[in-house]
Amino acid sequence: MNKSELKKKAVEVRKGIVTAVYHAKSGHPGGSLSAADIFTYLYFEEMNINPDEPDDENRDRFVLSKGHTAPGYYSALALRGFFPTEDLKTLRHIGSYLQGHPDKKHIPGVDMSSGSLGQGLSAAVGMALAAKLQGRDYRTYCLCGDGELQEGQIWEAAMFAGHRKLDNLCVIVDNNNLQIDGRIEDVCSPYPIDKKFEAFNFHVININGNDFDEIEKAFQEAASYKGQPSAIIARTIKGKGISFMENNVGWHGKAPNDEEYRLAMEELEKEAASI
Amino acid sequence: MKENKLIATRDSYGNALVELAAEHDNLVVLDADLAAATKTAIFKKEYPERHIDCGIAESNMAGIAAGLATCGYVPFMSSFAMFAAGRAFEQVRNSIGYPHLNVKIGATHAGISVGEDGATHQCCEDLALMREIPGMVVINPSDDVEARAAVKAAYEHEGPVYLRFGRLALPVINDGDTYQFEIGKGVLLKEGKDISMIATGLCVSESLKAAEMLEKDGISAEVINIHTIKPLDEELVIATAAKTKRVFTVEEHSIIGGLGSAVAETLAEKCPAKLRRIGIRDRFGESGPAKELIHKYGLDAEGIYRQIKAEMN
Repeated sequence: MNKSELKKKAVEVRKGIVTAVYHAKSGHPGGSLSAADIFTYLYFEEMNINPDEPDDENRDRFVLSKGHTAPGYYSALALRGFFPTEDLKTLRHIGSYLQGHPDKKHIPGVDMSSGSLGQGLSAAVGMALAAKLQGRDYRTYCLCGDGELQEGQIWEAAMFAGHRKLDNLCVIVDNNNLQIDGRIEDVCSPYPIDKKFEAFNFHVININGNDFDEIEKAFQEAASYKGQPSAIIARTIKGKGISFMENNVGWHGKAPNDEEYRLAMEELEKEAASI
Repeated sequence: MKENKLIATRDSYGNALVELAAEHDNLVVLDADLAAATKTAIFKKEYPERHIDCGIAESNMAGIAAGLATCGYVPFMSSFAMFAAGRAFEQVRNSIGYPHLNVKIGATHAGISVGEDGATHQCCEDLALMREIPGMVVINPSDDVEARAAVKAAYEHEGPVYLRFGRLALPVINDGDTYQFEIGKGVLLKEGKDISMIATGLCVSESLKAAEMLEKDGISAEVINIHTIKPLDEELVIATAAKTKRVFTVEEHSIIGGLGSAVAETLAEKCPAKLRRIGIRDRFGESGPAKELIHKYGLDAEGIYRQIKAEMN
């Protein structure tokens, strides 16, 4: 995809997020929107995946360690053809397979159940290790939140990945700088994030995570870097793409009402038309 | 009962892994810096490329095991019961149990028979914790023969399994040539008509000895070995309770949440009978030689006998 196609797709992903959360009347739009460009790039450009064969042993793996941003994940999966986009409206509904947090047992394309923060990276490390043991060349991607880095298990997993030189592992940190209780540096600062991953023997790439040129360069660099796992620290804007949600922690875990939904979709339509 | 040979079930675990690995390329073993103690060092020596030391980080080990399982491996994650079931409880629940992944948890050094290390390392709550997780099979073998058979059965079972092993060398009570292990099937070791003793783990051999002592007092005790705490062999538990109307559970675990609780729940719902749970009575353990602790906490034959007699008077 060229950049304007990716941008258009990202708007579609954002529309899916807003629609899903609106129909669920709950959920996490802020961190889904901040990572929407990363979800888009992974599922429409970067990853070797096939919606017709979601269990192919040689597919690239993805773990959403910040599992609460399932709306962004589901929206990208649906648009990529893993399941009908219409089903996004069933998010969090009783009986729906689209659980509030990713459920690998029932959702096509989901490689690992996640949601309890700090746990997804360990599973991703296990997948990357499996590829090394089996001599397979698939890559494993793991998206973490910046607040999530406060969980100790992240650093247990990072230590192991660095120690084992898992260069087939790429961690992306969605650094939108906000967590439920406020700015991450006010709550319990994980900064400097890049220096921490470097200290754990990662190859670190700092980027603007809402810019496709920078996202593309970062993933290319990560894929070609050998001997160390990579960590892409993606500086993003929480709520990106919806003016009244941007940089507003109140939209971490809240659904838009009817009027807000209308306004949000209108903004996204305008954005799509301008590309 | 053949008592000439003493072996700890942690040794059985390590030996069984080596035997199984010869047949199955997808079996891998994970450790958290305790390979020498969990006896997986035996496996590490034979199959170094399939042994993954995660360092002292049990939560991460559980997650790595989960990730490996999604890629077709059958990981046996090994640590002390305290850390496998305790420290990593939430990882076992959310990263292994919820996605129902094919991970086996080999938990050694369970109960007070850890001995001198004391209370921080003596896990008497693991059966309760693991029993709570939907879809988790929980096995607590009584001797070497049963432990090795349990490891094999766990490998063959599709889904998460918790295996509880001990540090203390135990008598071998089962016949290695004829013993058949089936997950969820209790074993009637001795028939009796007055009372039922339902035991698990190292308390099985002690219960058999206690039953002989009771016999001399004219009390006919039925002895049942429950190696699978979950799923519980309800049929056998109900049958023995219906027969004797007087049940004693015996376990090296808290009386809250383990075998005693599982039996109590079953009997209360399906076959009310008089029940006494023998085990660790809502307290922490302490340092001391394992055998002396087992004696102090009333879990050797003498202690079991004494508690049953006291209850019956």
